[in-house]
Amino acid sequence: MSTEARKPPAQIALKIRRILGGKAGWNGVAVQFAFAAILGWIGYEIVSNARANLENQHIAAGFGFLRNNAGFDVNQTLISYTGSDTFLRVFVVGLLNTLVVSVVGIVFATVIGFIVALCRLSPNWLLSRVGEIYVEIIRNLPLLFQILFWYLAVLAALPNPRQSISLLGIAFISNRGLVVPSPIGESGFAPFLAMLAFGIVASLALRFHARRALFQEGRMIRIWPSVLGLLFGLPLLSTLVFGLPFTFELPQLRGFNFAGGSRIIPEFVALTVALSTYTAAFIAEIVRAGILSVHQGQMEAGASLGLSRGATLRLIVIPQAMRVIVPPLTNQYLNLTKNSSLAVAIGYPDLVSVFAGTSLSQTGQAIEIIAMTMGVYLLISLLTSAVMSVYGWRVSRSLGA
Amino acid sequence: MKRVTLAITLALAAGLTAQAADAQTLKTVKDRGMLSCGVSQGLPGFSSPDDKGNWTGLDVDLCRAVAAAIFNDPTKVKYVPLSAKDRFTALQSGEVDVLSRNTTWTISRDTSLGANFTGVTYYDGQGFMVKKSLKVNSALELNSASVCVQTGTTTEQNLADYFKANNMKYEVIAFATNDETVKAYEAGRCDVFTTDQSGLYANRLKLANPNEHMVLPEIISKEPLGPMVRHGDDQWFDIVKWTLFAMITAEELGVTSKNVDEKAKMENPELKRVLGTDGNFGEQLGLTKDWVVRITKAVGNYGEVFDRNVGAGSPLAINRGLNNLWNKGGLQYAPPIR
Repeated sequence: MSTEARKPPAQIALKIRRILGGKAGWNGVAVQFAFAAILGWIGYEIVSNARANLENQHIAAGFGFLRNNAGFDVNQTLISYTGSDTFLRVFVVGLLNTLVVSVVGIVFATVIGFIVALCRLSPNWLLSRVGEIYVEIIRNLPLLFQILFWYLAVLAALPNPRQSISLLGIAFISNRGLVVPSPIGESGFAPFLAMLAFGIVASLALRFHARRALFQEGRMIRIWPSVLGLLFGLPLLSTLVFGLPFTFELPQLRGFNFAGGSRIIPEFVALTVALSTYTAAFIAEIVRAGILSVHQGQMEAGASLGLSRGATLRLIVIPQAMRVIVPPLTNQYLNLTKNSSLAVAIGYPDLVSVFAGTSLSQTGQAIEIIAMTMGVYLLISLLTSAVMSVYGWRVSRSLGA
Repeated sequence: MKRVTLAITLALAAGLTAQAADAQTLKTVKDRGMLSCGVSQGLPGFSSPDDKGNWTGLDVDLCRAVAAAIFNDPTKVKYVPLSAKDRFTALQSGEVDVLSRNTTWTISRDTSLGANFTGVTYYDGQGFMVKKSLKVNSALELNSASVCVQTGTTTEQNLADYFKANNMKYEVIAFATNDETVKAYEAGRCDVFTTDQSGLYANRLKLANPNEHMVLPEIISKEPLGPMVRHGDDQWFDIVKWTLFAMITAEELGVTSKNVDEKAKMENPELKRVLGTDGNFGEQLGLTKDWVVRITKAVGNYGEVFDRNVGAGSPLAINRGLNNLWNKGGLQYAPPIR
């Protein structure tokens, strides 16, 4: 027979066939295309029909409204906003408010969740019962109810601004929220920031070096004194040389409310507390399941190497548990973000409240606004899961699994 | 989430059932045997349910009058409680036939929502309520105050305008429903509660100690409240519009729910025209000749409705003021029935 090398089949065509048609081959590709065409046609019909009917009924359509003036105010804005700004800006303001409550909620939920999980696993009878009671109570009550509880119960217990609780005369708690002094940049601000940034980068580099030394040469390097020096010493030095980086503007009671300072509104506090404590109950169970999934022998192996219980957990058990923990943890992060839309019940100005709520009823353009809002939640959720997937992949890789 | 359901309903209604909203409302209502009426989620005097679930109020009586004109039975109404921000979507999607929910008539609502206002059932204006203990006597003293307001209302925009125009600062806390807004005001989250003045009096009744709160004298806006119907069904628009005019005309002519039968027998040409013993105006509307008799018998004339729900005969005890008849110093005026 001929010894001539066999000509490889056309790779690209083969790939397309496999991706689109699967085992059915080119028939499968044809079916897929027909199906996609039908879906596209249905989508087109829905959109064009809706457009025609909106026009018939003289309901305004399109995204032109985004350039119109909103004409209403919002009580927590991370970017500057007044009533004469556009609906597009309202959208951004609402989105940022949703993001800030989600991010802060996720951080707190994770910390509380890990602590509660460790409590539940603790050999200390009292601690583990406390953890169990926390989980069983919190996860079995509806979230909306908890949000209203934190809002109305806590609000009712706080005094009005004129009788506010003073914390050392610089911060004040009242039913208008927590007012704290706000920093105002001074001449020493730029060098301070530069030094701080340098300190952070240098610390990270040190840590990288220390880990290499540990894993490749088995040398343990004590880096924390240098890190402390870099993170606190350098900025302190810059303050001594260039003067104070910032001064604080103290809040003062003027009229009905405090003027000056920064304020954290009670709606934000109530929502963050409710979301993070609620989600923490679920995270605690996920973390507990993850840790229990690591074989008991790992703990014993750590003990036999002379590691303390804490060090065994931190260095051996938790890294292995993370593989099990990360996927369901992602779900909880997504839940928390989506649950933040319950903000509307207590008047926290999140995306659903100011955009899918107020803007919708001011403009009446339900289809556009709901579509935009759904798109944004989808995007946030997809980004969150992407980040968590990368993290999960890194965890698995570092374990060599 | 009701809002999302509504939006999906709207998308489906607009996208899949073409022409659903056109020129068919009277027939749809008759086939269904019920009028679907969008009302508030509970505003005493305008639309609120009692402990047995019966709805009463000025806005409710408008729907009862329409039902009486169509079915000769004011009870054939299905009430759909709507929050301020869901109301227009509910009307657009066909969930309700009439939106009678203390809604302010503005040009943008009249032109961009695919809906029309049929008239003014109540001439209102926006006001402020504060605790008496704050010792505030004018809205101009409200600099730096926190204000509770219901979202999706003209109130929210008037508020922004007013504080800006008077160069005052304020903090706004906007809630989805009226009850949440009032609850937050009562809990002390804000110094001021603002809405239409009639609404302030109505909501004051809901507070634990109504006497500790006062309504400030300033009226900062014009709030003509009226019913809305979908755009594009002129017959239905006429029916709802003339139902209100019939009630006002009845008051003008001294026709009440008690004397309507005697008045119908009188030889007065105007009374004969209005009460249907002469002419066929009701039939031209798509109703019956005795439509005004049906309306008046079932709910009474405008004055009776006003007194019973918000006026002297109700706990709100609001003066007729602007809502008096045009010949008694008010603005309520109906074109002639002839």
